[in-house]
Amino acid sequence: MEISLQEIVFFILAAVIVVCSVLAVTTKRILRSATHLLFVLFATAGIYFQLNYSFLGAVQLTVYAGGIIVLYVFSILLTSPEGDHAEKLMRGKFFAGLVAALAGAAVCIFIMVTHSFGAYRIIPGEIPMKEIGHALMGTERYQYLLPFELISVLLLACIVGGIMIARKR
Amino acid sequence: MEEIRMEYYLIISTLMLFIGIYGFITRRNLLAVLISVELMLNSVDINFVVFNRYLFPDHLEGLFFSLFAIGVSAAETAVAIAIIINIYRNIRSIQTRELNTMKH
Amino acid sequence: MEYTLLILLLPLVSFFVLGLLGTRLKPCVAGWIGTLVLAVLTLVAYVTAWEYFSMPRVEGVYATLVPLNFEWLHFTQNLHLDLGILLDPISVMMLVVITTVSLMVHIYSMGYMNGERGFQRYYAFLSLFSFSMLGLVVATNIFQMYIFWELVGVSSYLLIGFYYTKPEAIAASKKAFIVTRFADLGFLIGILVLSFYTKTFSFDLLTSGDSSIFAGAAGSTFLGASVISWAMALIFIGGAGKSAMFPLHIWLPDAMEGPTPVSALIHAATMVVAGVYLVARLFPVYYFEAPDVLVAIAVIGAFTSLYAAVVACVQTDIKRVLAFSTISQIGFMMVALGVSGMEGHEGLGYMASMFHLFTHAMFKALLFLGAGAIIHAVHSNEMDRMGGLRKQLPVTHLTFLIACLAIAGIPPFSGFFSKDEILSAAFMFSPWIGWTMSVIAGLTAFYMFRLYYNIFWGKPAVHEHEPHEAPVNMTLPLVVLAAITCVAGFIPFGHFVTADGLVYDIHLNWTVAGTSIVIACVGIAIATVLYMKGTNPVPTRLAERFKGFYTAAYHRFYLDELWLFVTKRIIFGYISRPLAWFDRHVVDGAMNGMALVTQKVSWAIRGLQSGQVQQYAFIFLLGTLIIVLLLLYV
Repeated sequence: MEISLQEIVFFILAAVIVVCSVLAVTTKRILRSATHLLFVLFATAGIYFQLNYSFLGAVQLTVYAGGIIVLYVFSILLTSPEGDHAEKLMRGKFFAGLVAALAGAAVCIFIMVTHSFGAYRIIPGEIPMKEIGHALMGTERYQYLLPFELISVLLLACIVGGIMIARKR
Repeated sequence: MEEIRMEYYLIISTLMLFIGIYGFITRRNLLAVLISVELMLNSVDINFVVFNRYLFPDHLEGLFFSLFAIGVSAAETAVAIAIIINIYRNIRSIQTRELNTMKH
Repeated sequence: MEYTLLILLLPLVSFFVLGLLGTRLKPCVAGWIGTLVLAVLTLVAYVTAWEYFSMPRVEGVYATLVPLNFEWLHFTQNLHLDLGILLDPISVMMLVVITTVSLMVHIYSMGYMNGERGFQRYYAFLSLFSFSMLGLVVATNIFQMYIFWELVGVSSYLLIGFYYTKPEAIAASKKAFIVTRFADLGFLIGILVLSFYTKTFSFDLLTSGDSSIFAGAAGSTFLGASVISWAMALIFIGGAGKSAMFPLHIWLPDAMEGPTPVSALIHAATMVVAGVYLVARLFPVYYFEAPDVLVAIAVIGAFTSLYAAVVACVQTDIKRVLAFSTISQIGFMMVALGVSGMEGHEGLGYMASMFHLFTHAMFKALLFLGAGAIIHAVHSNEMDRMGGLRKQLPVTHLTFLIACLAIAGIPPFSGFFSKDEILSAAFMFSPWIGWTMSVIAGLTAFYMFRLYYNIFWGKPAVHEHEPHEAPVNMTLPLVVLAAITCVAGFIPFGHFVTADGLVYDIHLNWTVAGTSIVIACVGIAIATVLYMKGTNPVPTRLAERFKGFYTAAYHRFYLDELWLFVTKRIIFGYISRPLAWFDRHVVDGAMNGMALVTQKVSWAIRGLQSGQVQQYAFIFLLGTLIIVLLLLYV
């Protein structure tokens, strides 16, 4: 059985995602948690690239990895005193989370595996950037100017709201 | 070029989602909870993209949905962190256990 | 005759002035205000009477005038409550009676109540009572009458309970109020039933003799009697309550706890005859539509009269004796109404009843005021604390004697004439009733003279300080009332008040009159023999001999105890208490139980609402999973 490059890359990404995700939610140091999240995000961007969605991957890298993680790191540094360790997990809570997560994952994966999604209709190659740009800025059917603007308004509202909430009284 | 089976991606995203849920339920620190939420969001993004790629390649809905989801999650994170900082300023802690002032 | 409105306005204004400014005024000023207002009022009433009776008759009948009538509450075309003033022979007669007695009582109270605490309050209540009573008699419709009827009840309650620091007075006032109020319930239901079928409250229409307004009730019967009979019987229950008819008389003897002038005004002369007045007012309805009820009224009246007369013979409290005598005399009036017909000679009873109401008001007020003067002098109500007072209280003695002769039915005093008419009417109706009433008349003479001798003759009792005659403002009303009692019998009453409105010339039926005089004389003679010296051992021996009967009569044949038994033991014990228990434990218990369960459950599930979002998320997730599995595999 021959293993293609694609598969090798995928398995590496998958391993990074799973391991770093687990570490992100289990590590006691919150800053490490954020770092592992960063790795997860990188790997996700990698998956996007692999799927030939380079634009989305780029957005993932810049917005998530570049913007949000910085936000996290700053807020962690602001709110967590040095040497701040998470307390030991309570047994009950740990089992509750574990059971819920495992049961949920089992159900979902079982459904996914048994469900037939139909034939793949892959169009090979990258989607041209021009097409994405037109779809993003157009007002026709399957074009997304309105949500784009909505997001911008939402972001504006969030900026105002964030300042309002966080400013000193 | 041999494509990877779609289910693999979905399994990865599912695992990520439930790891996020596990974190959401178990973590004490508000920021850690928020990180768990990011994981969950991220897994959903992957799903959208994968479905778009494998099943409806001639449209771009999944792609754009993920795009906007990233934007929304950025906004959400900003507001959530503002709130967390405010809480920290008030009670000098961001442990969920201690956020019970409103309860009594 | 619009000025008749003053008859209602004056006492009302006086009530408000005295009631609101009472404590600011000096007692004597308050007394003078009340008395002067009443004097003016009396004058207005006399002028009204003069003007009314000097009007020319229309077809031999005095017209019924309604100088004022306005719609107070309008509900529908038929259902509207009016307030107004109605003048007809009986209401004008009542105006004269009420204002005269009330004026006498006002003057008398200036002396009797002198120095009492709450003197101003007393006069305010007297004004309120005068207002209510006058409003009652001039009512143009049965509902207005009911309103004032209740007001009269309230003022009676207030005046009986005037000495509100005395527990007996409080109990008596409550008793009077509750008993009469209970009877008024019957009155109200009767009014509603009557007006439901006749579509009117107005006396004008009801008593017009036009039977078409009762057409709506034709054929409607209930338990074998027509609905109009039921309505009239219920209305009579109201009247029986106010007029202390058996078995609703129990409040009147206790009402003597009030100040004596109040007893004279309310519980002898005016309020207690309201029931008689009510029956007289609706007499045509009773006569034409419910003759069976009229017979019942006669029987009840006769029985009450006999019962009260027997009880009066053994009472020792002089006010109680007078109270039972009042009950007995009102029984006479009721009998007279009950046996009366409508036309000419047949209508004698009606005329006699009104005549007796008039004369009785005067001499019974006189008796009460005299009793007040005696109590004033010896500071006691009990007969054995009196005796031989005729020397010390000459004026009181003389006037009291006149009143006793009048009530005993000795000519030429007023009571003789009116009582004689009643007896004639009773004999005309049925010899049974006639003889019963004659015997009662004899009993009346006996107990009144027993009272008289025990007070004024016999062995003088020992007093802490020498009894002395009352001041002039107390003796003056006595003299005035005695004078009226002497001459009132010669009023040609049949020219003013008769059942059909036509002139009726009173002619004495000498068979009846002679019999009644003989019976009265016998009664007086027995009393004289037994009580004049105060040393005759026969009364004591008789009491010993008939000990059971004597004790029973002394305790009013245990009627109060019977009522108490019925109300307290049976109604309270077996109905109200279980109901109260049911209310407290089942109805309230259900509510409390619901609250308790809610509270307990809330406490129990309080832990679920931890406020921990993570816990909620966990439960939410489990729920989602279960739903997914259900959707997939069920």
